[in-house]
Amino acid sequence: MTSTNKLLLEAKGITKYFGTITALENVNLKVHEGECLGVVGDNGAGKSTLMKVLSGLYKPSAGALFFEGKEHVLDSPKDSQNLGLEMVYQDLALAGNLPIGENIFLGREPTKNIGFLKFLDFKKIQEMTSAHLEKLKINVKSAEQKVEELSGGQRQAVAIARSTAFNAKVVIMDEPTAALAIKEVGKVLDLINKLKSTGVGVIVISHRMDDIFTVCDRVMALFQGTNFAESQLDKTSRDEVIGWIMGKK
Amino acid sequence: MDDKEKKQDSLYVKLIPYFEKYGILLLLVIMILVMHILQPDVFLSWRNVTNVFKQISWQSMLALGVFMVIVTAGIDLSVGSIMMLSLMILAIVAKAGAPWFIVVLVPLFAGFLCGLINGLGITLLRMPHPFIMTLGTLYIFRGTGNLISGGTPISGFTDEVRYLGHGRIDLTWLGLEKSQYLPVSLVLIAVVYFVFWVFLNHSRTGKWIYAIGGNPSAARASGINVNKILIIVYSLCGFLSGIGALILAGRTDSGYPNAGLQSELDAIAACIIGGASFFGGRGTVLGVFAGVMIMGILRNGLNLMDVSSFWQQVLIGSIIVLAVYVDVLRRDFGTRK
Repeated sequence: MTSTNKLLLEAKGITKYFGTITALENVNLKVHEGECLGVVGDNGAGKSTLMKVLSGLYKPSAGALFFEGKEHVLDSPKDSQNLGLEMVYQDLALAGNLPIGENIFLGREPTKNIGFLKFLDFKKIQEMTSAHLEKLKINVKSAEQKVEELSGGQRQAVAIARSTAFNAKVVIMDEPTAALAIKEVGKVLDLINKLKSTGVGVIVISHRMDDIFTVCDRVMALFQGTNFAESQLDKTSRDEVIGWIMGKK
Repeated sequence: MDDKEKKQDSLYVKLIPYFEKYGILLLLVIMILVMHILQPDVFLSWRNVTNVFKQISWQSMLALGVFMVIVTAGIDLSVGSIMMLSLMILAIVAKAGAPWFIVVLVPLFAGFLCGLINGLGITLLRMPHPFIMTLGTLYIFRGTGNLISGGTPISGFTDEVRYLGHGRIDLTWLGLEKSQYLPVSLVLIAVVYFVFWVFLNHSRTGKWIYAIGGNPSAARASGINVNKILIIVYSLCGFLSGIGALILAGRTDSGYPNAGLQSELDAIAACIIGGASFFGGRGTVLGVFAGVMIMGILRNGLNLMDVSSFWQQVLIGSIIVLAVYVDVLRRDFGTRK
């Protein structure tokens, strides 16, 4: 990956106050097409707040968001989704009682009209799900399997599939491997690499240096709500990044 | 795991969804067989079968409403009171001499409004649990029903008003005898249950109701307006209770203060027996119908055998516990841990 790729998402001077607390101060962030940006930082460094600003859940107190070069004001997660910006939440945000396909299309189900009534188009859900899972090389028995019957890694894969089912350009992942068994981590990281190869920009928030150094191209550290350090991955080391997390350069 | 073991496992896993879907129907069929063996002359007679359906007619409406609420992981304790209040309003409007089509619509509208109040209370007042809001309205609605009627029964409705609860569809043109009629309430149950089955399984709103029960934060993150869906669900539950009031008005020809007393518990019991989970997101319309039928047949059969109603209480309670225990076992086998 080179920085000559198209710039997808840029945050400039993001500042966020909660009452008298400054959660973020003048934070900048960039993600290019096909690039994976790792965001590291200690608990309370402002990672989650920054992601919530990017996904439209929080409004920044100051600063601006640019998507493909144009400034956008996000009023809700729906706005960021419409731009092609998707979030994969740490708690996965899947309904275990529903099948894989219905989870992937939850809230955006295809329908067909019979008379003036709209009915769910199960056939289309099934077909689109199979095609999408195929594209991402995600192996499950069937798209009709309930999510609660899946392993943690498969669930994470479904959550990622869900985030990319609607032509997402940037996918933000909050601790994508935190809840997984070791043997499943590799599969999820493979999936992130696959997303990158299709031109998606990925932002990964993670505590795990292994994750960062396996899939990311660039890493940035937040410390006490500010940009602390940033580097191309090949120009830094694990020890250095761990130092950044603790506020040492 | 070797291949052989894998095959057995997958066959077993394959059977679980069928058991989940149709197990309760199996129980229903077994009950019908047992009752038939115990009461061979009476139980499956035309007269008795239609009786069972007439008896469960209004309960089946309450159960269906409560079922939808339970799917969202909520509870509605007020359905019995909603039905009573709707019935009393119906009776007062009928006594005031309103035309029959107004009298018929009034309980449906009243029920809907009561449900809407529940829904708005749960969402806008941010009640910690629907139990509390609907426990409050359980008292409020019944109290209101007593206030407006003075706590005395109001009797005597026209045939049009009584049609849904008391009407008969003549089948003599099929060569059957005059006594072998089809109760209108049976047709009504079939139509309402079918409409709600389609709604819950084939509409986006229906799917979202299940999604909210499965994981409300997932539903919210998917852009679903959870509060709006909950308000719709509680309003529909009230509406169904209003239909229950209309049926009851037909059956009893009277609005009376004790109508639907404790019937919310019967409705909840039917849902639980039918396989709905209190944790939400689980259960089928067919299951609820089976649950209502099982309770109806049990009461009817025990009445036929002249068993005291005290024993009926004990048996129904036992079936609830047993049904949920079977569900617990199923979950142990069916879900990955």
